[in-house]
Amino acid sequence: MAEAKDPKPRLQALAKTPTGIRGLDNITNGGLPTGRPTLICGTAGSGKTMLATEFLVRGALEFNEPGVLIAFEETEEEITTNVASLGFDVKALVAQRKLLLDYVRIERGEIEETGDYDLEGLFIRIEHAVKQIGARRLVLDTLDGLFSALPNETILRAELRRLFRWLKEKKLTTVITGERGAGALTRHGMEEYVADCVILLDHRIEEQISTRRLRIVKYRGTTHGTNEYPFLIGERGFHVLPISSLTLNHNASTQRVSSGVAALDDMLGGKGFYRGSSVLVSGTAGTGKSSLGAAFVNAACARGEKALYFAFEQSPKQIVRNMRSIGYDLEPSIKKGLLEIRAQRPTQSGLEFHLLEMHGAVEDFKPRVVVVDPISNLISSGTTSEVKAMLTRLIDFLKKEEVTAVFTSLTVGDDPVEKTDVGISSLMDSWILLRAIEHNGERSRTIHVLKSRATAHSNQVREFVLSDKGIELVDVYTGGGTVLTGTARVTQEAREKADRVLRQQGLERRQRELERQRELVEGQIRSLRAGIEAGADELAHELQERDLLEQTVTSDRQKMQMLRGGTRNGGGNGSSKKNATK
Amino acid sequence: MRADNKKINASRNGDSALWKLRLYVAGHTMKSMTALSNLKKICEKHLKGEYSIEVIDLIRNPALAKGDQILAVPTLVRRLPHPMRKILGDLSNAERVLVGLDLRPRTKENQ
Repeated sequence: MAEAKDPKPRLQALAKTPTGIRGLDNITNGGLPTGRPTLICGTAGSGKTMLATEFLVRGALEFNEPGVLIAFEETEEEITTNVASLGFDVKALVAQRKLLLDYVRIERGEIEETGDYDLEGLFIRIEHAVKQIGARRLVLDTLDGLFSALPNETILRAELRRLFRWLKEKKLTTVITGERGAGALTRHGMEEYVADCVILLDHRIEEQISTRRLRIVKYRGTTHGTNEYPFLIGERGFHVLPISSLTLNHNASTQRVSSGVAALDDMLGGKGFYRGSSVLVSGTAGTGKSSLGAAFVNAACARGEKALYFAFEQSPKQIVRNMRSIGYDLEPSIKKGLLEIRAQRPTQSGLEFHLLEMHGAVEDFKPRVVVVDPISNLISSGTTSEVKAMLTRLIDFLKKEEVTAVFTSLTVGDDPVEKTDVGISSLMDSWILLRAIEHNGERSRTIHVLKSRATAHSNQVREFVLSDKGIELVDVYTGGGTVLTGTARVTQEAREKADRVLRQQGLERRQRELERQRELVEGQIRSLRAGIEAGADELAHELQERDLLEQTVTSDRQKMQMLRGGTRNGGGNGSSKKNATK
Repeated sequence: MRADNKKINASRNGDSALWKLRLYVAGHTMKSMTALSNLKKICEKHLKGEYSIEVIDLIRNPALAKGDQILAVPTLVRRLPHPMRKILGDLSNAERVLVGLDLRPRTKENQ
């Protein structure tokens, strides 16, 4: 559509009347055209009357614009009851003269036609109602009834044309509902009278799950979203999921938020996630995804921040019990109103419904952190492209609100994990992968950061241990060219320790042996030296003896010579000594 | 306000006429004038002395449109005898008015 592409604001912008319906004013860039009629068409049960009624009620409540509802199909009582289910107290508004319901009953059987007539009666009736409360808004629900009541279509069409001209003159912001026709927007071609704004509501059932969608078919003179927007009629009325994903202009916070696991924060540059970022935690069954989510929520509550936990697998009580077993007591936070757990079965309703619910919950509770556990269950209630589109919207919405979100995703064992999540991983800022490694008859968990935008993150694979004190990350054994975890790591480590001890012991033993040897040798040296000394002593002793003997012999010989009387035979001493020793 | 509504009482028994008719109009338009004069003619011819006609101008009494669920003008409403009947238009076709008032049986020709 040409007007949808025009990005510049017009000089004389079209005046718009806000509907107050969540999301609808975003799509229409401000609301419905002021003082002009808008056609809402759709099949039976698509929510036309609800939308039209809420337009009036919100106008009266939020914008102080009184409104008139001219009903052709339902009585005042029926309408009052119908919208009471959306939490609107129509009776009170009627009493305050902010709302006026007028039921126009038409039965064909009683009516006969003779000659010319016009619909002045209806005009007078509408005008009277409008004047009574000074209405600015008007709903005609639905003019289709006139076609069955008034047999003369020529008169009727001429009068309808006059009616719409008249409504414009009166500057009433009008909503007209029309039944969807085969091959046309409305059964009676109402779109030919309402040229300004046409909104189409659709209600379809896919795989037994209903989804409601809204599309702006045309909106003259203004930009508007042209997509099909899912909506739901919930406890608080209409809620259209606006498109915010096309803008991509959300803030990028530099603030960091702890993941709740100190060692994981270390892996993410020491500080954890960025505030407002989206984190995907994926892994096979039982790898500790929910526990990681609980750790994150627990840490947020400990900081005094509000946290919202969407559970699609476990009931709130179950989560509290399970997480207590690993040291995260969530109950005090719930009691303090810091934590809210919203549990729902994913098959309970359609994808849109869930995401709209989450939207609404975030708007109401205003949390700083959100955990969705797990998103993979939602995938089962829609096709991949639908899921991706809806998640994009949810993530963008959370980013806009600067809510840090952790999404867990269950991956099927056989598939390569990286492949399964690729559809949604591109939307995520950080991706943490949990894996179970089966080895030596045991499973152990590992964790690593697959990606984390704008963060110097660790490329290490760490072992992930759940204890009653929470989540701990242990360095995996990476020696010897293998990566070992669990008991394998423990045994390997023990073995290494034993080896070290043994080596140490061996060295000490050898040292002692050497010492002993040295002592032995030194002992030997000592004894040898003692032997030598003993020999030397003996020798000295013998020499002494010999000297003594010689002395004795000499003195004896001298004595004998002297006895023989001669001292001349000096040379004879030697021979005589020889003889003596022989 | 009520003073603006013309009441034509042509019944011999005063207000307790057998036929109570109401004609809703919106101002003194050609259509409403034609309708009233047509109605009078038909009544004088077929219901002489047994009817009363109340003319209600919705421009002066807009609140009265709700009571008989009036959309089109002129509309003739047979209040009595029961059941209520409505005839739209300027009543230019006397035959159809008589059928509408149940004074003539419905036949294929006058349907």
